[in-house]
Amino acid sequence: MIQLDNITLTFPDGDSRITAVDRVSLTARSGSVVGITGPSGSGKSSLLAVAATLIRPGSGRVLIGDGAEAIDAAALSAKEATALRRERIGIVFQQSNLIPSLTAREQLFAMAELGGTRAARSARRTAIRARTDELLDAVGLSDHAGKRPSQLSGGQRQRVAIARGLVHDPDVLLIDEPTSALDQERGAEIMALIARLAHERGTATLLVTHDLVHSAALDELVTVVDGRIEARESISARALAA
Amino acid sequence: MFVAWRDLRFARGRFLLIGAVVALITLLVGFLAGLTGGLASQNVSAVLGLPGDRLVLQDPASGSPSFGTSEIDAKAVQDWRDAPGVSSVLPVGIAQGRAQLGGTGSGSESVGSASPAGSAGSAGASGSAGSSATSSGSPVGVALFGFPAQSGSGERTDLTRLAPAKDDEVGLSAGAAKDLGASVGDRISVAGSVYRVSKVGGEAWYSHTPVVAMTPASWQTASERMGGSGGDAVTVLAVSGSPDWDAVASSTKTVAQPTLTSLGALETFKSEIGSLGLMIAMLFGISALVVGAFFTVWTMQRAGDIAVLKALGATTGSLVRDALGQALVVLVLGIGVGLALVVGLGTLAGGALPFLLSPLTTALPAVIMAALGLAGAAFALRSVTSADPLTALGSHR
Repeated sequence: MIQLDNITLTFPDGDSRITAVDRVSLTARSGSVVGITGPSGSGKSSLLAVAATLIRPGSGRVLIGDGAEAIDAAALSAKEATALRRERIGIVFQQSNLIPSLTAREQLFAMAELGGTRAARSARRTAIRARTDELLDAVGLSDHAGKRPSQLSGGQRQRVAIARGLVHDPDVLLIDEPTSALDQERGAEIMALIARLAHERGTATLLVTHDLVHSAALDELVTVVDGRIEARESISARALAA
Repeated sequence: MFVAWRDLRFARGRFLLIGAVVALITLLVGFLAGLTGGLASQNVSAVLGLPGDRLVLQDPASGSPSFGTSEIDAKAVQDWRDAPGVSSVLPVGIAQGRAQLGGTGSGSESVGSASPAGSAGSAGASGSAGSSATSSGSPVGVALFGFPAQSGSGERTDLTRLAPAKDDEVGLSAGAAKDLGASVGDRISVAGSVYRVSKVGGEAWYSHTPVVAMTPASWQTASERMGGSGGDAVTVLAVSGSPDWDAVASSTKTVAQPTLTSLGALETFKSEIGSLGLMIAMLFGISALVVGAFFTVWTMQRAGDIAVLKALGATTGSLVRDALGQALVVLVLGIGVGLALVVGLGTLAGGALPFLLSPLTTALPAVIMAALGLAGAAFALRSVTSADPLTALGSHR
């Protein structure tokens, strides 16, 4: 589970400060996909950056994990936050942001080589290598495991990025505009894939999107305007109402 | 090194290019170092072969001490011998002239003398040591070293072993024997006197001329004929022991320096090593600059990837290790190839050029190249350490 609790984030703007996120609270439970939408500049990407521990909020908590074992990521040092991202958070970027020199399989292997102690790397290596083929199969890229990003289509690259985000079995998966570079058909496939993997693996998923065409794949949709939550919509409730 | 190795493979064209540049710079540095070492050896190996803890030269009234002008009289020699703490003193006379196999050697100037070559010693008069002989070889430039044969437990070097026992004999260094075409038992003429070759020893060079060793008496005769001041003055003292160096030097109007320091009193050595050393230093600088520039551009091109890796949880330390490891691989391979070329070509050139192949002219420059290359690559690390993982979110790459 990831819980953003009363998050406020401000940025300096000349002599004053602008509020990018204003007392926002939201929760993605394990196995659920929560979408965050809103117009450009509404603060949805800032919210994702806070969840990813890439920005420390001015106030509020970012709880990762369940119950008493949850830790407040907003209170961690930079070094601890880096370790948290490496071990418990998966990130899928707007562009796939794959490393050009690595094949699809190596993109996943690389997640084991990001740092930490020798023993930790060794343990991660074993776990990740055991999971790689299964994940590439799950995203439908078993036959493309040896290809580099330049040899893959946009949709395939995004699938590799999703597999990379999940390969270290994170508690939380954070996804930024996963369909922005894809056509509608491929976008729908990717959204369905994300929902399936989140449900199957019990990964709490926060997904930023401005594309509401594929919102049916979400469990909840939160609309952010001017840094504040303007609406929350349970997709299953909407489906029932329909 | 997971990503670094794959980057090396992926961008092999670029890395081959910078590796080739490093190899070429190593070749240049290695060749210059070998040449410098060879020239230095031909310049000073005889001085380095002098025994003793310090070399003593005349302290001139003006200017710096110089092998070319140093003249230490018998009194100063005796004062050094008598100084408390001195265990041995070897007076050595040095002059440059010409020698000839079997014939009457034409004269030449003594070291530092303004006398033109041939003006002083071409009288053809028989010296006290030998007799006139018929010329049968071409004149060869030589360095005449006059010093007594070491007796007892005195320190022996390749140079001192050349010392002949008699006044009508000379000892030839390997270079002198080769240039003159002489061997033991042959006769050579120096400054109008003929000497029998009693020994042929190892390499000993002074100011690019091979050494011919003589007894002090023969050297004084030859030196006088070549325009030297004559008398019993010698050029340098090789002194062993632990006297109050400054006090004795001051009272005898001499300077006592460790052998390596005293090489500065050899003008040709200073200018030669100075210019070649400057070239080598500049090549070291260029190498650091080239490697640094390459890795700066390379790392800047990878700034997006670095931000992504940081966002995914890569530590700055692991990214720095990757970057430096990558640079080290390029440097080791480039320097290795360059070094192999230096050894190969240096071996071939050794017969025709004064080229010295030794760890000092190969391994040392290679290590310095690697260290400076890494220092250059370290400049590029700022792009790694300052990459902001936040840019990976929402970035358009």
